[in-house]
Amino acid sequence: MTTATAHHDDHGHHGPAKGIMRWVLTTNHKDIGTMYLWFAFTMLFIGGAMALIIRTELFQPGMQLIEPEFFNQMTTMHGLIMVFGAIMPAFVGLANWMVPLMVGAPDMALPRMNNWSFWILPFAFGMLLFTLFTEAGAPNFGWTFYAPLSTTYAPSSVTFFIFGVHMMGISSIMGAINIIATILNLRAPGMTLMKMPLFVWTWLITAYLLIAVMPVLAGVVTMMLMDIHFGTSFFDAAGGGDPVLFQHVFWFFGHPEVYIMILPAFGIVSQIIPTFARKPLFGYASMVYATSSIAFLSFIVWAHHMFTVGLPLQTELFFMYATMLIAIPTGVKVFNWVSTMFRGSMTFETPMLFALAFVVLFTIGGFSGLMLAIAPADFQYHDTYFVVAHFHYVLVPGALFGIIAGVYYWLPKWTGHYYDEKLGKFHFWMSFIGVNVTFFPMHFIGLAGMPRRIPDYALQFADFNAIASVGAFIFGFSQLIFLYLLIKTIRGGEKATDEVWEGAEGLEWTIPSPAPYHTFAEAPEVK
Amino acid sequence: MATSSYYVPESSHFPIMASLGLFGMASGAGGMMNQMSAGESGYAFPHYVFFAGALLLAYVLFTWFSKVVTESRAGMYSPQMDRSFRWGMSWFIFSEVMFFAAFFGALLYVRQWAGPWLDGQGDKGVSHMLWPSFDYSWPMFNNPAGADLPGPNAVIDPWHIPLLNTVLLMSSSVTLTFAHHALRAMQRGRTIFWLAFTVILGAIFVYYQVLEYIEAYSELGLTLDSGIYGSTFFMLTGFHGAHVTIGAFILFIMWLRICKGHFTPEQHFGFEAAAWYWHFVDMVWIGLFIFVYIM
Repeated sequence: MTTATAHHDDHGHHGPAKGIMRWVLTTNHKDIGTMYLWFAFTMLFIGGAMALIIRTELFQPGMQLIEPEFFNQMTTMHGLIMVFGAIMPAFVGLANWMVPLMVGAPDMALPRMNNWSFWILPFAFGMLLFTLFTEAGAPNFGWTFYAPLSTTYAPSSVTFFIFGVHMMGISSIMGAINIIATILNLRAPGMTLMKMPLFVWTWLITAYLLIAVMPVLAGVVTMMLMDIHFGTSFFDAAGGGDPVLFQHVFWFFGHPEVYIMILPAFGIVSQIIPTFARKPLFGYASMVYATSSIAFLSFIVWAHHMFTVGLPLQTELFFMYATMLIAIPTGVKVFNWVSTMFRGSMTFETPMLFALAFVVLFTIGGFSGLMLAIAPADFQYHDTYFVVAHFHYVLVPGALFGIIAGVYYWLPKWTGHYYDEKLGKFHFWMSFIGVNVTFFPMHFIGLAGMPRRIPDYALQFADFNAIASVGAFIFGFSQLIFLYLLIKTIRGGEKATDEVWEGAEGLEWTIPSPAPYHTFAEAPEVK
Repeated sequence: MATSSYYVPESSHFPIMASLGLFGMASGAGGMMNQMSAGESGYAFPHYVFFAGALLLAYVLFTWFSKVVTESRAGMYSPQMDRSFRWGMSWFIFSEVMFFAAFFGALLYVRQWAGPWLDGQGDKGVSHMLWPSFDYSWPMFNNPAGADLPGPNAVIDPWHIPLLNTVLLMSSSVTLTFAHHALRAMQRGRTIFWLAFTVILGAIFVYYQVLEYIEAYSELGLTLDSGIYGSTFFMLTGFHGAHVTIGAFILFIMWLRICKGHFTPEQHFGFEAAAWYWHFVDMVWIGLFIFVYIM
């Protein structure tokens, strides 16, 4: 590590400061990216532990381990922590590390604000987690916090939940503004928009979605706060409001939110597949347009989460057809990934394995999404384990595998060492098996009618639940392999070349490995 | 580290201190509200946490902005840096637009769908069975729950204070533009005059808004807890009023900076950002005047 720093000293830069204050006070995009990633990884383990508590309780019918009240707190906190604490910060961490390197920028556009975006998060989640230890208990109304469960019938910790969401929102909005400003303003000369790597493109669109919908989330929790403490009637029909209003505002945020959690993964996979197929990405322009179309459609499909709530017929039809339209740009993307691999010189290193699993398993999640989009059929699937199976397929082997693929792909650039390929492959196969054993049976019990978010169930669901619980433990403990591998790679290993991967293209592979503390002080020329 | 073109600041204690301040405010406010709703009165621990957090955040923001002003005046910011600030401010204002959109959306939904359905009209009029005697009207003087949740006796007449406030805010946008033109023409006296005029118009607006609220509470029975009309009315006008207050404060800071000679005809993004914000607040008011007061 020292050699690379020394090498760059002749440019008049200094390396990082010493001790813990380096991290607390930093303005460096790589330090901040690293902190985001470790924070997300910590949250993954905390949220994962909650998932394992849930799966242990559901291992067999009847109540054995925990009280129903605590079960509700676990499902709620698991969802909130995974969505806002693990997946989103991990993507922001990858953006922090890679966007400046990929566009040839010296740092993020607004470096001090960048560190503020990060440091809000530990405080917000500290406050949220603290409620677990209070008398009233943690929030227990599900991560979608529907009113009136989250207003009239909520525990008092809901107030801290609301302010926690406000803090996460401030963090996300500032982070997104920073990423947009970096992409629009700090690209190296010659890098036109249509020459940007796809990870940068998908993040540009994701950041736009974040700025558009995080304020709406702030709005809806503010309405809750006012209903709970100041006597307003937004979600109370007695005063002329409507609980369904909550669902409309929430899902206006919530649906773009799920694309916030998948578009950057699309970008990562679009970087990885060309590298290991040793072919340029098939249909670059169509990828950009498809991503933009998905982002646009995400604003006009929200009520497909609410088909059973009592919507007028024409509303159901509109949202059903609009939702199905999303399959077209998504199909374009899957087609392009497959076409990129067609007749490529493929090798199957760990990042590629995760990327391939992403393409296959995310597509399964996409198809079950299409089933759910059919309004009349959704009346059967709504609020069953089929929905749980669907969104875990798009979020775990979708978003999370995308993140893990990206970490493996860029790890040698970050640390200067190749990771242990054998161990990486072992991690992949354990995760791949674990994830499918956990979530595939949920399709069946869901279609058979098992409701979600209930700590007990009828006997006929017992076998598949037991299998899912076993899978969950396999998947959960496999992530310890990942932790071990990461530490091992940081501490040593085979020296990585600057290019790292044989077929890799892009500015991030032109700088030394490990990436020096400051890069691209002079902007590179892009032809 | 200074690069050839783009300024990347050294490590800074602002972010962590600001996070700490925000945390104090959030956790303190949470505790305060829970205490209030539990019926406990008086100052206690959460109040001190809240005020300490707010003070810390205010102090950090003050020193942070001072540092940015100092750096800017020292010529450390390139035109490219200036563009980052411009993108940053534009997208921040867009986020504010979306925040207001949530509340305007709620108003639209209640008036267009939820209200008529509760009255038994339309596709989902079945919810009428909840309160069979409810008749929907807007403004909603009688809430579905009837006497259990009394509605307002009357609402604010748009053609008195709100109309006056519309004129005040519209004029303030014009005077602000006069100030901007004067700044670009290097006429400091005129800039100071027109900007002061703008801030005063903003202050008068807030004053009338407060009078309106007093009238609503003391004479009309129009309150936050008088049903959905009061909820949407006070949340929309309240958040707008808060934004006017903040905007006027920012403009006042710009006025102080102009008095100290901070800006040049070419470089005055601080002023422009404040002006963008003010025009945005102005546009929101037009929406309020039409959709909350008149319609």
